[in-house]
Amino acid sequence: MPMAETFILIPGRTSQQGCGISEGKFEANYQSEITTLQVAPADMERLALTNGDRVRLRGEHGEIDVAVKAAKKDELPAGILFIAYGDLSSRLMGGDTHGSGMPTSKGLDVELTVLK
Amino acid sequence: MSTTQDSAETKVVKDATCTFCGCVCDDIDLTVEGTHIVDAKRACVLGNSWFLNHEIEDRPSCHVDGQPASLEAGIERAARILVDANYPLIYGLSDTTSESQRVAVGIADWIGGLVDTTTSVCHGPSGMAFQGVGEVTCTLGEVRNRADMVMYWGSNPAESHPRHFTKYSLMPKGMFVPNGRKDRTCVIVDVRKTKSAKAADLFVQIKPRRDFEGLWTLRALANGIDLDPQTVESDTGVPLNTWQDLFDRMKAARFGVIFFGMGLTMTRGKHANSEALLALTRDMNRHTRFTCKPNRGHGNVTGADNVVAWRTGYPFGVNLTRGYPRFNPGEYTASDVLARGEADAAMIIASDPMANFSQPAREHLASIPYIAFDPKQTPTTRSAAVAFTVATYGINVPGTVYRMDDVPIPLRPAFKSPHPSDLEILKRLSHRIREIQAGVPGRSTHGSGPGS
Repeated sequence: MPMAETFILIPGRTSQQGCGISEGKFEANYQSEITTLQVAPADMERLALTNGDRVRLRGEHGEIDVAVKAAKKDELPAGILFIAYGDLSSRLMGGDTHGSGMPTSKGLDVELTVLK
Repeated sequence: MSTTQDSAETKVVKDATCTFCGCVCDDIDLTVEGTHIVDAKRACVLGNSWFLNHEIEDRPSCHVDGQPASLEAGIERAARILVDANYPLIYGLSDTTSESQRVAVGIADWIGGLVDTTTSVCHGPSGMAFQGVGEVTCTLGEVRNRADMVMYWGSNPAESHPRHFTKYSLMPKGMFVPNGRKDRTCVIVDVRKTKSAKAADLFVQIKPRRDFEGLWTLRALANGIDLDPQTVESDTGVPLNTWQDLFDRMKAARFGVIFFGMGLTMTRGKHANSEALLALTRDMNRHTRFTCKPNRGHGNVTGADNVVAWRTGYPFGVNLTRGYPRFNPGEYTASDVLARGEADAAMIIASDPMANFSQPAREHLASIPYIAFDPKQTPTTRSAAVAFTVATYGINVPGTVYRMDDVPIPLRPAFKSPHPSDLEILKRLSHRIREIQAGVPGRSTHGSGPGS
């Protein structure tokens, strides 16, 4: 298996995910949005990834396998990943909230391994 | 003023209120054909999806252990779960009316449980910071009419609040900004060049997890403290002269506002990040008029803060087990009491923790009996001991919601649902809990058919 690389993952909201909530969380639109990882185009090229390839993200609290797609233009800097909030992003969150009530949900350190 | 025009086939509901996000736009004209909304004039992409995808769920109003059941059976089982629990949690409340929120808090009090809202995993850290620093605030109406400097920090309204720019903050022509967008400066601070960044006059791309450092850089400038350029750039990823340029623009404004999002509250630092932003806003008032507002997500999450606060004295994460309210985020907040395996029963109203809580919290919730209220099937309703399918607030149910700037807005529903409102069920549940606590035996619900 190729060596893992460290990235910072930013889960967040998207309008497609928001629309998907109203359409239904078990419907295709929502499910596809929350199960697709956006990768900076430079990182896609460097890792020889194409849209639809799968990668494994391993964080301090869990790991997920997820399909990738190139982020639009310069939306993401190299080294940063983005995924819409949902089941997969929650699997990487820890239960500890550091006395705040809020689990650390953005800016997660993850190790990315390309699955081929 | 709202009006409703009926014809034989279609109905137009004017000035309906969209409750999808915290903007709570109350100028939507709905065209309704029977039980379908076919047009939502002025709604954004999220509002359109909210209204046009609304369907009456073709399933019973109540399931107990996954099987169709009568409302009465569901209420009886729910009441027993809550009364028998040692440490019950009531959670959610951000997508329902303030009338329902009020009853839910009352139930938490009667059963001696915890009450927490989705605020705790949204702007809960900001709620903590408000108590430490205070909030120099304003309404969206003041922003619309006065703000000539509009900043967004860790917030992406182009995707999360699509009418924020056009209805409230950036584009409108206001009393003191008669030329609208031309009279305003827009600044976006984010780790990503989001869709919102296209609207910015100045986009500041900060290093991930360095919001605190960025905010304190501006605080230092606001307080006349010399900074080392190399340290600032190394810490924030942004050159000091860019921060200086931003500060000069802020200082030159007549009325500034900073909208901030979960980029601050969900990232390392959390309440310290929010506190830094609130303190910066306070600092800026030595130079000019500056305000700030959290951009709130759910349609009535602000109402949840208000209602829980005026019922218990605290905005979220409240423990009522001793018969009086105690507040301690991290101890009494939903994510924590679930992840630590403390809650032994729960009632989830209008939220979906099984989709968005941490894995240990979700695993524990799945292991305890809980009641769920939602108009649609969700991962949370599917695993509930008692699941109520309820009418949708704003579309089927009237009531009051609070816009993100704490302004209460009335709902103007489009049509009735065959499903009950969560308010109706919560009132009946509260009544039944009081009966059980007074020793009134339950009526047999055996053989009752499914609810409507």
